[in-house]
Amino acid sequence: MWDYAKLIVLAAVALLAAIAANYAHDLPYMVNAVEVAIAAAITFIYVLRHVGEETPKTPNEYQDGVIRAGVIATAFWGVVGFLVGVVIAFQLAFPSLNLGNVTEGILNFGRLRPLHTSAVIFAFGGNALIMSAFYVVQRTSAARLWGGGLGWFVFWGWQLMIVLAASSYILGGTQGKEYAETVWYIDLWITVVWVAFLAVFVGTLVKRREPHIYVANWFYLSMILTVAMLHLVNNAALPVSILGSLSVPVYSGVQDAMVQWWYGHNAVGFFLTAGFLGMMYYFVPKQVERPVYSYKLSIIHFWALIFLYIWAGPHHLHYTALPDWASTLGMVFSVMLWMPSWGGMINGLMTLSGAWDKLRTDPVVRMMVIAIGFYGMSTFEGPVMSIKAVNSLSHYTDWTIGHVHSGALGWNGMITFSVLYFLTPRLWNREGLYSLKLVSWHFWLATIGIVLYASSMWVTGIMEGLMWREVDANGFLVNAFADTVAAKFPMYVVRGLGGAMFLIGALIMVYNLWMTVKAQPAKASAYAAVPAE
Amino acid sequence: MCAKPIKDDTKTKVGTTGHSWDGIEELNNPLPRWWLWTFYLCILFAIGYTIAYPAWPLISGATPGVLGASTRADVEKDIQRFDEMNAPIKSKLAAADLTAIEGDEALRAYALEAGKSLFATNCAQCHGSGAAGVQGLGYPNLLDNDWLYGGAIDAIHATVTHGVRNTVDPDARNVGIYMPAWSDKAVGALADMATAKLTGEQIGEVVHYVLKISGQAADEAKATAGAAIYTDNCVACHGEDGTGNRDLGAPNLTDAIWLFGGDETTLTATLMDGRGGVMPSWGYATEGSPARLSEADIRAVAVYVHSLGGGE
Repeated sequence: MWDYAKLIVLAAVALLAAIAANYAHDLPYMVNAVEVAIAAAITFIYVLRHVGEETPKTPNEYQDGVIRAGVIATAFWGVVGFLVGVVIAFQLAFPSLNLGNVTEGILNFGRLRPLHTSAVIFAFGGNALIMSAFYVVQRTSAARLWGGGLGWFVFWGWQLMIVLAASSYILGGTQGKEYAETVWYIDLWITVVWVAFLAVFVGTLVKRREPHIYVANWFYLSMILTVAMLHLVNNAALPVSILGSLSVPVYSGVQDAMVQWWYGHNAVGFFLTAGFLGMMYYFVPKQVERPVYSYKLSIIHFWALIFLYIWAGPHHLHYTALPDWASTLGMVFSVMLWMPSWGGMINGLMTLSGAWDKLRTDPVVRMMVIAIGFYGMSTFEGPVMSIKAVNSLSHYTDWTIGHVHSGALGWNGMITFSVLYFLTPRLWNREGLYSLKLVSWHFWLATIGIVLYASSMWVTGIMEGLMWREVDANGFLVNAFADTVAAKFPMYVVRGLGGAMFLIGALIMVYNLWMTVKAQPAKASAYAAVPAE
Repeated sequence: MCAKPIKDDTKTKVGTTGHSWDGIEELNNPLPRWWLWTFYLCILFAIGYTIAYPAWPLISGATPGVLGASTRADVEKDIQRFDEMNAPIKSKLAAADLTAIEGDEALRAYALEAGKSLFATNCAQCHGSGAAGVQGLGYPNLLDNDWLYGGAIDAIHATVTHGVRNTVDPDARNVGIYMPAWSDKAVGALADMATAKLTGEQIGEVVHYVLKISGQAADEAKATAGAAIYTDNCVACHGEDGTGNRDLGAPNLTDAIWLFGGDETTLTATLMDGRGGVMPSWGYATEGSPARLSEADIRAVAVYVHSLGGGE
C-alpha cells in the first residue's frame, strides 16, 4: 500500500517536473526541472522493481548502509569542491582561465565561486555532518537509526539538492546571497530534507537506550535546529513565477544585509563549528582511546558558544550602512566568543593527555590534533578581526579569505579526513587502513598547503588593506584599485599552489580509502554491529 | 583502555562522571582557571566597551556611549580637515589661467598629486592605471603625443570637462559625429551616417590604401584603387593626406598609433561597422545633480594628463 502511494507521488512529480520544464521561463529552472523529472523517474523505477519485497527486519543492528554511502559522497564532493577551488584560485591569478569567449561565461569566476563554496560547505561538509551524525547518534544512543528508510531519503535528497544547486549556479541561477545562493525551489527542498534529518536524529535520540544524551549529540542537535531557523529566515522570498527561478527577498537594504550576515555568520558558527565539534567529541576520544577531558567544560562552553555565537553576525558589516550600535554589539559578542570557542579546543587537546605518544605513531591522531590546532587559531583570529580597528584594515581584503580557509581547510577539512580514516575500516569491516604512510603524506601535503594558503593571504590581505587606505599629505588616495590587484599576483600563485597541494592530499586519501575497502583483509572479529544494551 | 600505562592518570585523581557511551567516558576535571578568568575578562571588556560606545538598542535610537563616538562623524571630520586644508589652493587652482598653472610651482605640485589620485579613482577604469589606454577597445593611450582632440592643456581640459559623444552634456565633443559604417550590409545607428555605401571589395581596397599610407605592407593594385575611394569618401574627416582632423576627432592614419588597431582585420571591421567611442562628461551639472568632478579637480586631472609625456 505504502509502495503504491510512493509510486503515485513519484509519477506525479516526474510528470509535473516535465511539464514545468516545458513552460520554464529561464534556463536554470528548465535544467533543474529536467533533473527533478529524471530523479523522480529513476526512483519510480527503483520502487517499482521492489514493490512488495519484504525488507529484512534488523531492529537490533545499526543502520550503516547510509553511512557508507555518506562516506563515499563526502570524499567525492570533497575532491570536486577542492578542484573547483584550485581552478578559481588560478582564475584570479590568470584571468584568461575564465575561458569567457569559449564557454559564454559558464566557467567564469562569478559562476564557479558559489559552486566552490557550496560544494565544500554543503556537499563535502554537509555530507560529513549528516553521515557522522548518523554514526554517532546510533553508537552513543545504542539504538538503530529511527525512521526506517528516512535516513536514505535524507542522503539522496541532499545529493539531489547538490546537483540542482550546482547546475543552477553555472547556468546563472542564484539569489545573490552569499552561502545561500540556491534559488527558492531548491531552498524549499533543502527545508524538506533538513526536517527529515531532524526527525531521524531526534527520533533516534528519543528511543536511545542510554540514560543521558552524549555531548556530541548536543552539538549536532544545536546545529540541525539552528541551521533550520537560519535557512528559513534568510531565504524568505516571493517567487516571481512558479515557472521561473527568480524571486524577490522580503527584506531590503540594511535589514536584508543584517539578516544575510546573521545567517552567514551562524552558518559558520553552527554548520562549520558546532556540527564539527560534535564530530570531534566522538571521534577524538574514540581514536585516542582516552576519556573526554572535562564534562564541566563541555557543558559551559556548549551553552556559552551557542548563546554568544548568534549575536556576532554584525561584525561582517562594520563601517557600512549598519548603525554603530549594532556594529558594537557584533564586535563585543565576537570577543566574548573567544573563550567558549577555545573550550572545545581545550577539551579536544586535553583528551590526549596520557596518550600524547600517539602523535608519533598514529597519523590519524596527528590529523585530529592539527585540526583542533587550526580550530583554535581561527577562533582566535575571528574575534581579533571582529574588533573594529582591525576590521577597518582587514575588511574586504584577502585576509578574510585566508581566515576562512585556515578554518575550513585546517579545521573542517582535517577533522573530516580523520573521521573518514576512522570510519572506512570500521564500516567496511576491514583490518585497519591500507597505508598509514599515505595518511602521513596526506597530512603533510594538506598542512603545508594550508600554511601556504593562509600565509599568502595574510600577506596579500594586509598589503591591499594598507594600499587601499594609503593617502598622501593632501588627503588623496595613492593607489588605484587596479594597482592593488596587480600587486597581489605572486601571492595568488602561492595560494593556488597551496590549494593544489591540499587537493593532491585529498586524492591520496581517496586512493587510500579505496584500497582499504578493496585490498585489506576482512577483520577477524567484526566491529560491534549490535547496539549495546 | 590505553596500551601503555599512564603515569599519574587523571582518571584516578578526578574520576569520571560515571557514564559511558560506546566506551567514551568523561573526566570530572574542573574548568581551567586561566580559561575561566580570560572568559570573565572578555565579558568585562564587552561591558566596558558597550558603556563607552553606542551599543544597546532602546525604543527609539540606542545608547550613545559615554565617549560620544560615531564612525560617520569620524569620517566627516577627516574629510572636513582635508577640505579645509586644501580649500585655498583649490580655489586658486580653479581661478588660475589654465596655461599659467604649470608655471606656478605650488599649483603644479598640488595639481599633479591631486590629478594622479583622481585619475586612479575615476579614469583608470578605461584608460588604465598607467594611462596607457586599452588598444582594441578604443580607450586612447594618454602617454603618447598622438591626440584625437589636441594635447594642449586647454584642449585636455575641455575634453575632460565635457567628454565625448555622451548623451548628457550638450557641449560634449563630437555629438552626432561618428566614423560611419560604410558597408552596404551594415545595419544599426551608425549605418545611416555614411554618405555612400561601399561593397566588401571596395572596403578591402580602402583598407589596403590605409595600410599603405601608414607604412605597412599593402597590395599595390588594391591600394591604388582604394586611393580613389578614399578621396571620394574619407578626406572630409581624415584629410587628403590622411593625417586626421582634431576638430572632428578624426585620427591620424599615417602613423603607427591606432585607437582600435591598424591590422587588416581590424581596419576592415572599423570600416564596415563604424566606430564611435564615448567618454563621460565630468563637469556637467544640473539643478540637484552636481558635476562628477569640481572645476579644480578637472584642472588637476588635465594638468596630470598633460604631464604624462605627450602634452603639447
